[in-house]
Amino acid sequence: MAVYILKRILQAIPVFFGATLLIYFMVFAMPGDPIAGLFGDKQPNPALLERLRAEYHLDEPFLVQYGYYIAGIFRLDFGTSFSGQPVADVLARTFPVTLRLAVMAVGIAFVLAIIIGLFSALNKGGAFDNSMLVLALIFIAVPIFVLSFLAQYFLAIKLGWFRPTVGANNDWGDLWLPAWVLGFSVYATSMRLTRASTIETLGQDWVRTAYSKGLSRRRVIPVHVLRNSLIPMVTDLGTVFGVLMVGATVTEGIFNVPGVGNTLYQAIIRGENPTVVSFVTVFVVVYVLINLVVDLIYGLLDPRIRYVTT
Amino acid sequence: MSRPDLDRGHYVAPADTMSVPVDVVRIDAKPSNLWLDSWRDLRRRPLFWISAAFVLLVIIVALVPTLFTQVAPNSGCLLADSNKGPTDGHPLGFTRQGCDIYARTIWGTRTSLIVGVLATLISTIVGIVMGALAGFYGGWLDSVLSRIGDIFFTIPYIIAGIVVMSVLPQRNELVLAFAIGGFAWASTARIMRAEVLRVKQADFVMGAESIGMSKFKTLLVHVLPNAMAPVIVVATLSLAGAIVAEATLSFLGVGLGSGTMSWGLDISQAQTNIRTAPMALFWPSLALTLTVLAFVTLGELLRDAVDPKARAQR
Repeated sequence: MAVYILKRILQAIPVFFGATLLIYFMVFAMPGDPIAGLFGDKQPNPALLERLRAEYHLDEPFLVQYGYYIAGIFRLDFGTSFSGQPVADVLARTFPVTLRLAVMAVGIAFVLAIIIGLFSALNKGGAFDNSMLVLALIFIAVPIFVLSFLAQYFLAIKLGWFRPTVGANNDWGDLWLPAWVLGFSVYATSMRLTRASTIETLGQDWVRTAYSKGLSRRRVIPVHVLRNSLIPMVTDLGTVFGVLMVGATVTEGIFNVPGVGNTLYQAIIRGENPTVVSFVTVFVVVYVLINLVVDLIYGLLDPRIRYVTT
Repeated sequence: MSRPDLDRGHYVAPADTMSVPVDVVRIDAKPSNLWLDSWRDLRRRPLFWISAAFVLLVIIVALVPTLFTQVAPNSGCLLADSNKGPTDGHPLGFTRQGCDIYARTIWGTRTSLIVGVLATLISTIVGIVMGALAGFYGGWLDSVLSRIGDIFFTIPYIIAGIVVMSVLPQRNELVLAFAIGGFAWASTARIMRAEVLRVKQADFVMGAESIGMSKFKTLLVHVLPNAMAPVIVVATLSLAGAIVAEATLSFLGVGLGSGTMSWGLDISQAQTNIRTAPMALFWPSLALTLTVLAFVTLGELLRDAVDPKARAQR
């Protein structure tokens, strides 16, 4: 296990540096002078220009600049947002809201996915199974912003069940509508994964053994089938986070949830590139870490993984 | 002559016993291959015909939009018509800028499909090259290419597209396609690599090398054509993903400029009037969703059809 952990961590290191370098390169390759942009139409004083250039290390070669930037990331310094606040402060303020939204969304998605996926697998090929598969296909196809507007228009504006936008002061209860929308963008793949993995487990020898021992269905399904079917769901967590990154940006923007995603959304809409890059970097760093943790957990749960890869 | 083994009474089958063949190869049976089997499976499924017909319709609309509407989508918009309901010749009403919603939705198909197809071409070609080289040559090349793939896999392509499009001063269909396709190839490369690793084991590859064919030619002539099936299938799904990415980027305002017809752009512009004029939001959303749904359905049916294991699981 120790070898597996070490190997997996060593694999994550080049990915981390590669991904941040890639983002940094895309920004570095940007035409135009970032310092001149700060002054707008005014003609800046050359001495001031020189000082600012030195302050932001713009006079150094590309790789040295990247080094400063990476050093900043390790000190949790992700730069300054367009309004002058440190990105780390903005994150600290907005992250709890996004975490709450994400927990609700993933909770909704996984509870529905496990229940519906299990029933679909147990009644494979039946009317319920087929209709749920078609529904899942539709949820996979609907872009998240279309789903957001549908929910906003019909559930909030027409039916009045929810507030159409969330706003500054929000509690768990206020986040229901964006959480359902975000949850459904995650739900479909998770449900199909549960279904496929349950069908596979149902055909295993130990399930037949359990039945032939005389165990009841009510014991075999939850204990022998469901528990083993849920292991592949762990690997899905990494993908789920990727979906949530894009999904939260769009839903928080549309429902005006004051979270991390909304900050990024506003920055994109207003064309505040430095803020966009800072937030994307944070997302990617977190994504690398989450995928690392997911792989470690998976290796812990399923011994075959750590033996095959070591 | 005495043989101890026979004398002890062992049974020896007489030579003239009729033998029953265990594995019959019927020479008169219709020849079959992966694609033929898949086709036989597909043509029995109504969903395949429905999605294929819709995909065909989308392609026709994209190629000749003038077949469906005579109204100019971008010029001749009258602010006096702003958010008006349907009238004669304008069956779906008008946008906030007073443009014909129906004409804009029809013309938006072309933009979506152009960006989608270009982005998919880019991601599929890059994916095939990277995956095939990594899988076929193995060794250090595999390690390097696979790590590069991991890096691109780590950045979701919509997020990468946001950065690229925010940074680039020029915005057109080709730039957008590169921004999406340039970051979407990693999953294609993984699939290609796995498939090349599988095909590489086949006897005909060893045969080709044993008669002195060069490695690169073996890859090109024998391995690649036999490893294409999963990639071609995934390309259909990538196309759906690229269309969603284009719409999302345009919706966020980092896609195509306001002079172009794009469903994402129209949805974004209609969102401020969601209470008073929801139809300007609804129609491009419906067109976008149905198009993506058709490609996703087609792609998944194809994937099931070329994968015998998935066929058995149904």
